[in-house]
Amino acid sequence: MAEFNLPANSRVTEGKTFKAPAGAKRVKKFKIYRYDPDSGQNPRVDTFEVDLDACGPMVLDALLKIKNEVDSTLTLRRSCREGICGSCSMNIDGTNTLACLKPIDDVKGDVKIYPLPHMPVIKDLVPDLTHVYAQYASIEPWMQADTPFPPSGERLQSPEDRAKLDGLWECILCFCCSTSCPSYWWNGDRYLGPAILLQAARWIQDSRDEATGKRLDDLEDPFKLYRCHTIMNCTNTCPKGLNPAKAIADIKKKMIERVV
Amino acid sequence: MDVLQTDVVIVGAGGAGLRAAIAVAEADPALSVTLISKVYPMRSHTVAAEGGAAGVIKENDSLENHFNDTIGGSDWLADQDAVEFFVEQAPKELTRLEHWGCPWSRDPDGRVAVRPFGGMKIERTWFAADKSGFHILHTLFQTSMKYPSIKRLDEYYTTDLLLEDGRAVGVLSHEMRSGKPVVVLGKAVILCTGGAGRVFPFTTNGAIKTGDGMAMAYRAGVPLQDMEFVQYHPTGLPGTGILISEAARGEGGILVNKDGYRYLQDYGMGPADPWPRKKAMELGPRDRLSQSFWQEQQKGRTIQSKWGDVVHLDLRHLGEKKINERLPFIRDLAKSYVGVDVVTAPIPVRPVIHYTMGGIASDITAGTPLPGLFCAGETACVSINGANRLGSNSLAELLVFGKVAGEAAARLARSVPAPSEASALAQAKAHRARAEALVDGSRGTEAVATIRRDMMATMESGCGIYRTQEGLEQTCTTLRDLRRRYRDVKISDRSWVFNTDLTQALELGAMLEIAETMALSALLRTESRGAHQRLDHPQRDDAGFLTHSMAWRQGDEPPRIDYKPVTITKSQPAARVYGGAAS
Repeated sequence: MAEFNLPANSRVTEGKTFKAPAGAKRVKKFKIYRYDPDSGQNPRVDTFEVDLDACGPMVLDALLKIKNEVDSTLTLRRSCREGICGSCSMNIDGTNTLACLKPIDDVKGDVKIYPLPHMPVIKDLVPDLTHVYAQYASIEPWMQADTPFPPSGERLQSPEDRAKLDGLWECILCFCCSTSCPSYWWNGDRYLGPAILLQAARWIQDSRDEATGKRLDDLEDPFKLYRCHTIMNCTNTCPKGLNPAKAIADIKKKMIERVV
Repeated sequence: MDVLQTDVVIVGAGGAGLRAAIAVAEADPALSVTLISKVYPMRSHTVAAEGGAAGVIKENDSLENHFNDTIGGSDWLADQDAVEFFVEQAPKELTRLEHWGCPWSRDPDGRVAVRPFGGMKIERTWFAADKSGFHILHTLFQTSMKYPSIKRLDEYYTTDLLLEDGRAVGVLSHEMRSGKPVVVLGKAVILCTGGAGRVFPFTTNGAIKTGDGMAMAYRAGVPLQDMEFVQYHPTGLPGTGILISEAARGEGGILVNKDGYRYLQDYGMGPADPWPRKKAMELGPRDRLSQSFWQEQQKGRTIQSKWGDVVHLDLRHLGEKKINERLPFIRDLAKSYVGVDVVTAPIPVRPVIHYTMGGIASDITAGTPLPGLFCAGETACVSINGANRLGSNSLAELLVFGKVAGEAAARLARSVPAPSEASALAQAKAHRARAEALVDGSRGTEAVATIRRDMMATMESGCGIYRTQEGLEQTCTTLRDLRRRYRDVKISDRSWVFNTDLTQALELGAMLEIAETMALSALLRTESRGAHQRLDHPQRDDAGFLTHSMAWRQGDEPPRIDYKPVTITKSQPAARVYGGAAS
């Protein structure tokens, strides 16, 4: 039977409030989703008041300041802090993005921070990514070519052919796009989602790869590819400015081209 | 406690770890590989390398040139047998990456393009725009998925090496999502855990670069070599420390002081023109450029900014088209983190901690003094980098020695029996007690963040671009005190599920020990060489210090430092020559 309300143990409750230090002049409230499966309690939203005059400019700076100075139990993934490793993807102010690339000043009012939507939550801002990595492996994202390599040196590729990877090769696998896609929310078990399809397109477009036919065959499936309904959330949310929706459209076009 | 038996254990799934895993799988598909990492592979810091990887491929270049540039760059502290091997292998490895799909940037004739880098006589850096490390890492990760014998344990934090009869036979890790310990036993162990830049406050390194593997080996009795040599990259963004690639200067960028003057000509790098020119001015080696900044700062000729003293890196003359094609990431980074569009304004930059030349004592075989233990990448000290690493050698290094480590481990795994569980389990239980005591909260008063902050501050004040006896002694004293305080460290998170409070506490323990090896090795090296500059000993002293320092752990006491000779094959120590004299 359809269930329209969240199960009782998933309802988010109001959590603790941590006040800014006395004398703080530029205070911003960060409302952060917290969940610890070991506690047996429902998820909650804690409020942290942060003095922006003593904090770096990005949302990640505030999260790390909170972890270092206020509550060291706050749990998130992070590493490079420059938008290239893809660790700190989360939902900030209603949009999936990277905390390290999101300026605090871009958020009007309180900064609401949740994990990537529609994923099982391991703890706080850390979602379970097992399934999406399995989907990545399923497209066999490695070079497939039977032609022997040149006896010495590299294969040639024209700058124009190399440029066909532009817009595809930059994906950092943060999964902001897939977790913003309603179609992926609904059919994520079988639909590959924009992140993985963008990766598939990267290999389909590479002039050096010789498995294009097989790659297209593998995607010829009512769910894997065709659950994209051009909703475009993926493209709107990509923190690297990529266009997964266009990459998916290009795959669909190639599917048609080979049958007409 | 769960025990997993495998043939080869690899800790760290960045460039070196992935390359090693592929090498084992290709050497013998029947060997099982367990590849353990505290993060998913693409989060490893190889991802952040920008400019490119060095390897001789063009007709106007030669292996001898690459050798000479590397040895001069190292201030003659690199081992020359290793460098000879490295320069021969680098082009093969970079070509192999092309075969695996790495999207190298291309010349109009379809061949791989190369660009100049600092300290190079001829351009030889292969690149993929300015995201070379990103593409190398992704290509390796993708290729690794081809091999069913490679089993990954993503988001497992490894704390300790396990030994049996004086051999490395495995590691103790814990699965971060559950906190459950697991003993991974193997016939060979490879550490590829990266550098330790995070012992300093201002670094290009990602938060994960806490020297875990170095500390594991050190605690197991393996010496850490040349730890006093820490590279400052001359161009980091002020405030964050984010790297602005040397490729920006390779493509023609210039550095100017507050008067708009290209100050490097005052420090043996000139004359300024013609520009661009190899091995001169902005294409001098990193140590010299970072030291020149400090000198300019002393003279009051740097620029005051809201982030402190900076100089300007000016790319405007390159034009928007070239910047977008060759340096798109640099343009994004400058816009996001200092609000500058490099097409229309110069970038404020200052030197920033970038690379640990030192590491686990290793050699041309990727072996270590501990049988069964291999290492590769930034965590290893082979040493091909000596006192100062040449830009774009590190990506080539992790490929060359990742492969060597994988093949050596595979050979060993075929010749030794599987280790027994009993002794490893007993050690693992003893090690595990440390984490258990932290999580159950039965002890401790000292906060992780406070000790970490104090460690970083003392490393910056005493162990920076220029060092003195007095400053280093102060840093050694402070670190000793911090190690004492660390024994009383506490955490707040009482859950075993994804407990980053715990991992950060354990990382801090690793960093404190590594910091101590850096500071003490620096105190005892009373000369100036490469990245190690002593104001009280400004000359290089080949009679006294043409040697590798080796730091041996002495329990709670500071390490014992001794020395081993540098391997010289064909290049006798000489003056380093840059600027007009180099052409």
